[in-house]
Amino acid sequence: MAAIKTENLVKRYSEVTAVDGVSLEIPEGEVFGLLGPNGAGKTTLISMLATLVHPTSGTALVAGHDINTQPLEVRKNIGIVFQEPSVDDLLTARENLYLHSMLYGMPRREINPKIDKMLALVNLTERADSFVKTYSGGMRRRLEIARGLIHSPKILFLDEPTLGLDPASRKAVWSHIRELKEAHKTTIILTTHYMEEADSLADRIGIINQGKIIELDTPEALKKKVGQDLVFLKGEIDEAALRLLPFVNSVERENGHYKIGITNSGANLQALLNAGGKIEEVEVRRVTLDDVFLKFAGQQISSDADEHAESIFERIAVNRSARK
Amino acid sequence: MNLNAVYALLLREAKIFFREKERIISILISPLLFLFVMGKGMASGTSPVAGYTYQQFIFPGIVAMTILFTSITYGLYIIWDKRLDFLKEVLAAPISRTTLFVGKALGGMLGAIVETLLLVLIGALFILPLDPVKVLLSLAAAFPISYLITNVGLTIGAKMKSMEGFGLVMSFLTWPLFFFSGALFDLGTAAPYIRVISLFDPVTYCVDLLRIIMLGQGAFSVWADLGAIAVFCLATTVLGVSAFGKLQQEK
Repeated sequence: MAAIKTENLVKRYSEVTAVDGVSLEIPEGEVFGLLGPNGAGKTTLISMLATLVHPTSGTALVAGHDINTQPLEVRKNIGIVFQEPSVDDLLTARENLYLHSMLYGMPRREINPKIDKMLALVNLTERADSFVKTYSGGMRRRLEIARGLIHSPKILFLDEPTLGLDPASRKAVWSHIRELKEAHKTTIILTTHYMEEADSLADRIGIINQGKIIELDTPEALKKKVGQDLVFLKGEIDEAALRLLPFVNSVERENGHYKIGITNSGANLQALLNAGGKIEEVEVRRVTLDDVFLKFAGQQISSDADEHAESIFERIAVNRSARK
Repeated sequence: MNLNAVYALLLREAKIFFREKERIISILISPLLFLFVMGKGMASGTSPVAGYTYQQFIFPGIVAMTILFTSITYGLYIIWDKRLDFLKEVLAAPISRTTLFVGKALGGMLGAIVETLLLVLIGALFILPLDPVKVLLSLAAAFPISYLITNVGLTIGAKMKSMEGFGLVMSFLTWPLFFFSGALFDLGTAAPYIRVISLFDPVTYCVDLLRIIMLGQGAFSVWADLGAIAVFCLATTVLGVSAFGKLQQEK
């Protein structure tokens, strides 16, 4: 059975269509990476799957339950780590976890041992009884993650889980995500801006742009679409001749040089250079998910990043200062 | 209804309420000003109820006022919760909106009851001698009163988008509810338009009920007051549950 199956899911706000007809199927136990520029619809999609936002049309089955008609059943089976902090400032970490456990109906005698375990996992044992308002951003995020995991959900939504974490904490979160996948077969839906994170964790990656899934495949296959290796050439390049070579996947002009995706640069580089014309500079490197992302969603990033930035963070910052 | 969840929600409100001791005290400032400055200052102010001073006469009304302001403010505060912190976590939890509403309403009642207790004790010591039965009856009356007013606050808070509307609600709703309730004067001898409007003000019946308990005399009968309060409790529950049902995550 699929952990998640969406059918033509649409969310329209008055001016924008945040999610525009998404149909996808995520099998149980998969780590699914959702990538996309700011404002592409990642958070809205996740919010709909978590039954926090009603779809304008379409539906989805999450853990076998319909998000429109059985929201409570869906919620029992999922955990969610929000992009913006939602732990309660006025309580301690331990109290936050206790309330969460009660709300999710965990058996009472299991709660306290589980809290200790989760606090240790995210390295907050020593500060467990301090108020969250005294926490740093990274500590809040770690608490948020502990809270999302404490009721052992079958499906876990992680919206930018490592945003603002230092490299050591990020690595700790990654290894915990891997453990959840391997030991507990938890299905994980992860949005992230860190390509390295998606590459190292996700079994499959969906690239979402303007509310639509535009690419969906394993990280390896996505990279192959760009080419295994990227060659950057500068000089008087014979573009037409390059395109005829069988091992060339793509040729693009970018800032006065050519970006050429090829397979197996070790065997084919010489042939490429011979055919390329008068070359002044050469640079070769492996394709990363960054390149994939730039290829499929890149233009959107450069033109829309400022206007469409998900400004929840800024709004919260403003609200917080107004509250004080 | 999920009782464990109601308990959890109530526990959270209780912890936060008792941690902010300054707030518990500061809420009592304006009622005390009414009682000890206005109540005492208007030396010529006479009590419509024979045998009591004006200060003693307005005491039940000021208790109602305290419940009114504490409960409405608490209800409106979910606008903050809605934009950050706790509400999003609760909205995502596997509990029904009715459970959430009841948890929140009980949380609001808790604050109002504590304030009522403090004020009634202050009053019993310095203003109006009350025997323990009257103190307990006043506290008992505070339950439905604070429930209905918290419901009003929560309903408005669930529908409001920003805290900017807070002042508007206070000016256009809370203060009129207070003044038209006859907390400071006798409705029986008031101008006709005040009497007509007061009939639609739930606080009128709250003040009257407290007056019957503390002074032994009110404008309506106990049963009329209790009946009106029950109707308002029901109506505001329906409104509140429906407003909470429509709550979505703020995008």
